[in-house]
Amino acid sequence: MKTDQIGKERNRVDGKAKVTGEAKYAAEFDAEKLAYGVVVSSGIAKGKIKRIDTSKALALDGVLQVFTHENRPGYMWLDKNYKDDDAPPGSPFRPLYDSEVQFSMQPIALVVAETFELARYAAMLVEVEYEEAEHDTDFESNLEQAYEPKEYKATEPPKPRGDVDQALAEASARIEETYTHPAEHHNPMEMHASTAVWEGDGKLTVYDKIQGVQNSQQYIASAFGMSKDEVRVISPFVGGAFGSGLRPQYQLFLAVLAARELQRSVRVVMTRQQMFSFGHRPKTLQRFKLGADTGGKLQALQQEVYGETSKFEDYSEDVVLWPGVLYPCDNTKLTHKLVALDVYTPLDMRAPGGTTGIYALECAIDELAYKAGIDPLEFRKKNYSEKDQNEDKPFSSKELRECYRQGADKFGWAKRRMEPRSMKEGHQLIGWGFAQGAWEANQAEASAKAVLSKEGKLTVSSATADIGTGTYTVMTQIAAEALGLPLEDVTFKLGDSDLPKAPLEGGSKTVATVGSAVKKACEQVQEKLLKLAQQQPDSPLAEAKLEEVDFSEGKISLKRDASKSVQLQDLLEQSDNGSLEGEVSTKPSDESKEYARYAHSAVFAEVKVDEDLGTVKVTRLVTAVAGGRIVNPKTARSQILGGMVWGMGVALHEHTVMDNNLGRFINHDLDKYHVPVNADVQEMEVIFVEEKDEVVNPLGVKGLGEIGVVGVAPAIANAIFHATGKRVRELPITMDKLL
Amino acid sequence: MEKENPPLPPLQSVTLRINGKEQRLELAPWTSLLDALREHLHLTGTKKGCDHGQCGACTVLIDGKRINSCLTLAMMQEDKEITTIEGLAKDGELHPVQQAFIDHDAFQCGYCTPGQICSVIGLVNEGKAKTLADIRDLMSGNVCRCGAYVNIVKVVQEALERSEAK
Repeated sequence: MKTDQIGKERNRVDGKAKVTGEAKYAAEFDAEKLAYGVVVSSGIAKGKIKRIDTSKALALDGVLQVFTHENRPGYMWLDKNYKDDDAPPGSPFRPLYDSEVQFSMQPIALVVAETFELARYAAMLVEVEYEEAEHDTDFESNLEQAYEPKEYKATEPPKPRGDVDQALAEASARIEETYTHPAEHHNPMEMHASTAVWEGDGKLTVYDKIQGVQNSQQYIASAFGMSKDEVRVISPFVGGAFGSGLRPQYQLFLAVLAARELQRSVRVVMTRQQMFSFGHRPKTLQRFKLGADTGGKLQALQQEVYGETSKFEDYSEDVVLWPGVLYPCDNTKLTHKLVALDVYTPLDMRAPGGTTGIYALECAIDELAYKAGIDPLEFRKKNYSEKDQNEDKPFSSKELRECYRQGADKFGWAKRRMEPRSMKEGHQLIGWGFAQGAWEANQAEASAKAVLSKEGKLTVSSATADIGTGTYTVMTQIAAEALGLPLEDVTFKLGDSDLPKAPLEGGSKTVATVGSAVKKACEQVQEKLLKLAQQQPDSPLAEAKLEEVDFSEGKISLKRDASKSVQLQDLLEQSDNGSLEGEVSTKPSDESKEYARYAHSAVFAEVKVDEDLGTVKVTRLVTAVAGGRIVNPKTARSQILGGMVWGMGVALHEHTVMDNNLGRFINHDLDKYHVPVNADVQEMEVIFVEEKDEVVNPLGVKGLGEIGVVGVAPAIANAIFHATGKRVRELPITMDKLL
Repeated sequence: MEKENPPLPPLQSVTLRINGKEQRLELAPWTSLLDALREHLHLTGTKKGCDHGQCGACTVLIDGKRINSCLTLAMMQEDKEITTIEGLAKDGELHPVQQAFIDHDAFQCGYCTPGQICSVIGLVNEGKAKTLADIRDLMSGNVCRCGAYVNIVKVVQEALERSEAK
């Protein structure tokens, strides 16, 4: 197929705005008489607020109000009023609802003042007396109370197949191990913020940090009993989110509450510390039992998962989905139970479930490969799944073998020696590890609108988001491609609840979802253009059907004879219609549902571990991705690189530590919560293998936001084993665990 | 024993020279340079990522040196030349480091980017980075959660080459 834009490296269309500081994020929109709200967080994890004294704060000139559960306005009654598009089953948290404290750092007051400096100072003067209750935040000691939720937020665990116990008994190589993954926090660089602009007459425009403006809009409308006409939510730029912006967070609720009560504009920004007070990747424990026969074929697989949740919502994620996708095995048993603690509800965090599940699965498989005495990559080749056993469906496409081949070549895997501690350089133990990954290539319903002006400028819009993923850029490319226009003549608009409906930006589905709608909206404009062309006297395209013409370089031309063409500009000038429009909604095809749709990856890692100090350096990482058609290799590569950095964080750095005495995450800042920094990252390479997929969606694309993460932590963990001979089954792998 | 809160000190007159322009402000004396820029002057290109000097998003240049603007009070920076991301492009032409960030796709969400850019310019001015390892170390005060480090390093290498060629 011809292409001017899709598949081409393009700089980000919003690049200039981002490097000049012109791009505005939620806390950066100004409003007349803007007031500042600062949140007071609970000092205890569980109990009641006995007394809250705001008098000293209120006594200061310039403090407008202190909102607490005692003076908050009337509330909507039902849980459903507080549900949002990403809410797990249960009762959503309601800020300032009553005197009850359900988790540490729960917002218990909002101080609003004329300036930020004053609001922050006044917040320190709010005095709180608590009646403490015994909290329970200890994951390990509650494993026996774990339960299967009535309703899983994510996919229900697949039904058992065959007889695991017997297959294990008959296996010639087996392992039985437990892997743990700690709580982690998203920590996007931009802190959660909302600027609620009071427009008068009860109307609000809210600038919010969110991965879907229409989610915030419906949440506000429903929680405050407003109509959607009364609240518009705007979010043109999001300073990272990684899932933290899937649900409207409490600063949004508080900003809206204050703006409505004070009838003036209010901004609320969380502190970095408060970024640890809502939603995290849940602590997860996984017990694996695996068995293989003498030929190295997997015969038994049991995965027993315990994931953390809160006491008010049942959060679960797809931790047990991956064996059925990645390995053929006739005897499997997969369970996922929840451990409810006095914490805020966990929240989808980049590759939720995959990051935890694939980490443990790929480490367990590596251990089994060693037990069977088979090279870990060879072991995967012997156990290559040709269909998804969870749903018993063939894959729409799967070029994972090609990922193995190209990744191994690039990395030099063939030179690897199997025995641990067999590769050394002075005091540095060298290890090479492998892991594979998969991530869903879903498409959801979405709408888009395309408007081609008389001047030949195309504007396409949909209420989706760009959280750094490149949505602005790839949608511009898809639209420009459809109408054969240069990128400069195309503008894509997003992040405004007034725009055509789009789902949350999450789950690596935006290009497939919104991209398909953009493509189709532009196809409607194509039809109108062709019709106009055919109305011209002696039109060279008189008999042509849409599929017989090309839109390229500002022309419509016959595919079979390019000399027969019409200039778009001429058509638009002659038309007396003004602009041409297309507006559509798209959803996945029935055919696509007959297939399992996944992106795949193969990850090769080299680590150097200091024999004396236990320090780990990831010196090389190669990721080969089978991710369908790549719209923009430049931004796609960046997304995978970013995922690899995340995987490194999972393997070596990230860990939110729960202090069970206080019931509080104690390392709640960027000094003590470690994320990878520049010095941690060395050589990284990304390979995209060619993968044609005519079923997955009309563009043949698969999302890339999450596939880059999932295989990295296990590849690093397996490399560390290869370097040191030591299996560390508790993330992150810090130096103390290696000594 | 009840402690009385001392009365708040009065607002102070502060004059700052930002991107070549004098700006007079009336500020609470404990206003950070970062908040003065963002909330009082609406120069929101400088970002707040932690307010504790732990992330580098608020990096600006003071007399050509990079600092975390959240860790200094506005009133301590009078009589200095303050350069923020808004002051780098000249006559509509991007600073070469800004252009390099676009060309190398050295960002995704863009939130750490102004700080990274100021930090790269400060690093070049310091003249301390000689090796790849130096670059990585000396850029480690600027966290990028999107993980654009490989591309950021390319920008720095190019900027150092450009400065040596001068």
